[in-house]
Amino acid sequence: MSSITTNQDPSRWEKIWQSNMAYSFRRNPVAMVSFAIFAIIVLAAVFAPVFAPFDPYDPNQIDIMNSEYPPVWVEGSDPQFMFGTDDQGRDLWSTILYGTRLSLLIGLCAVALQAFLGITIGLTAGYVGGRVDNLLMRMADIQLSFSTLMVAIIFLAITQAMFGSQTFNRFAIYFLIAVIGIAEWPQYARTVRATVLAEKKKEYVDSARVLGFGPLRIMFRHILPNSLSPIFVISTVQVANAIISEASLSFLGLGMPPSQPSLGSLISSGFDYIFSGSWWITVIPGVILVVLVLVINLLGDWMRDVLNPKLYKG
Amino acid sequence: MSLLSVRDLSVKFAMRDQTVTALRNISFDVARGERLGIVGESGAGKSITGFALMNLLSRPGYIAGGKILFEDRDITGLEDEAMRDIRGNHMAMIFQDPMVTLNPVLTIGQQMLETLYAHRKLSKAEATQIAILKLREVYIPSPEERLDQYPHELSGGMRQRIIIAMALLLDPKLIIADEPTTALDVTIQADIMELLLELCHSNKVGLILITHDLGVVSQMTERTLVMYAGRIIEAGPTREIINDPQHPYTQGLINALPQQTPPGHRLKQIPGNMPSLTAIPPGCPFAPRCSFAVDHCRTTLPELVSYGSVEVACHEVNRLHNAPAKEKSA
Repeated sequence: MSSITTNQDPSRWEKIWQSNMAYSFRRNPVAMVSFAIFAIIVLAAVFAPVFAPFDPYDPNQIDIMNSEYPPVWVEGSDPQFMFGTDDQGRDLWSTILYGTRLSLLIGLCAVALQAFLGITIGLTAGYVGGRVDNLLMRMADIQLSFSTLMVAIIFLAITQAMFGSQTFNRFAIYFLIAVIGIAEWPQYARTVRATVLAEKKKEYVDSARVLGFGPLRIMFRHILPNSLSPIFVISTVQVANAIISEASLSFLGLGMPPSQPSLGSLISSGFDYIFSGSWWITVIPGVILVVLVLVINLLGDWMRDVLNPKLYKG
Repeated sequence: MSLLSVRDLSVKFAMRDQTVTALRNISFDVARGERLGIVGESGAGKSITGFALMNLLSRPGYIAGGKILFEDRDITGLEDEAMRDIRGNHMAMIFQDPMVTLNPVLTIGQQMLETLYAHRKLSKAEATQIAILKLREVYIPSPEERLDQYPHELSGGMRQRIIIAMALLLDPKLIIADEPTTALDVTIQADIMELLLELCHSNKVGLILITHDLGVVSQMTERTLVMYAGRIIEAGPTREIINDPQHPYTQGLINALPQQTPPGHRLKQIPGNMPSLTAIPPGCPFAPRCSFAVDHCRTTLPELVSYGSVEVACHEVNRLHNAPAKEKSA
């Protein structure tokens, strides 16, 4: 493979630039703006240690005397804290950068887990069919009849009680990824199964069977790549959902601990001070969260339009 | 020893409230390098025969009885693993529509190499070489470049050539071609058929050609089976069947060819439709459409019996054969 890729490198970029997707992207200002904002947020989150003036995880850099400074454009602020400080005296800007990083990380990992479970189960159910299909899809139905938050709250509350809050706080990020990942796999499984049912009737699958390929190879190498468009679309929605779920759980005190706040736990911790006038601790991370979820959803909308076979494949 | 020998093969479909018999006690042989045509109208069971030979019937279809001996080994009850080794490796199949038979998201090269890797232990260079060789055999211009192309970049005729090349990759002993040119342009059809014929000759590959086109059968095959409602009703050397058909259905098929009708006249269709497989009449399935049918035909199923150099399933074959030619074409 490598030799082919290196030979074609320049023209491959050109191909991508000329493709339907790139074309519609260049023609769609909403998608372009959303993508730009999303890219900025992701870059800021990934390079948080570079951009952040303080390390919010380092207790030595936190002074309780600095608590609740307002943002610089409000009277009584301290110029070293751009967005002000929270109740513990942490620089809000740095904390938001690190928090966005956590939120994105949890969202992406949870979706990766969902996708892994959902795609494997959906592919198996759709391709094998019959009793296996029935069993797996009834499992999905049962899972779906519990709301994500309910499952997550029960699971996280029990683990918190079981391990004690110190251990829980240390591993909170893994628990969150696991619980959001497990609670939402049926979304993927259903979408994938429906696509597989349509794809497996196509003749290239027959011809793959005629050539003597095994079921695993047909499932993962032939059917899965042909089912990717709906998977892409659902992934964007699911990332947004996972970020919101994480924020909700953290807001309810079942997520990231205040010492390592994600956007949700920042909003939550600020909520206690909102009536004392320190609105910024809640509002600024809240705005970031809303913008982040909004641009992901807008990108997902655009992608759904582009990848819709009825619109361009003819 | 024949390469493939099918004995009393029956295929049934388990529907919700009944079992439908799609193939009824079919027996035939294919010798090494022999070209056999299977003709019949839609729904006669031609394609089902092809899939049954590959052991690829999917639910609710199943082989209800009979044997398929491939090189003297019964493959009807074979384990999946062993069957997979036969598919592609010893028997290959070519489908109707080349536009949908290739996987749209893999390049030609990826698909060909994958087929090779699935059955042989080969290095990438060796596999690529075999792929290029086979592409050259089917007259694909500049095959090295084709390997990096996706199916949508190629024309229908080109794709069918590539599919034929893929079928030949592992040097199978038998190719089942299920209406390989139906979806193609008329000018390309002849090319593809000629190519198939040439490849079968040069590689000594057996061919089962499933088609409804009698013209193609007469050019391509040595022997022909005529199927009707899941049964073989006439079998024999292609030349005999085309020139002197015995069964009234075969006669009807040949008379229905547009070439048999002078310009300006109506085409001679066979009246009526093939009975639905759920409601096959008790006697000869063709009796309701047959102008020679007598009472006997409507009650007793005719067996396939030798008649001259062909086998035919018709009670009245003697009467028909002695009847004057003009009555036959009426």
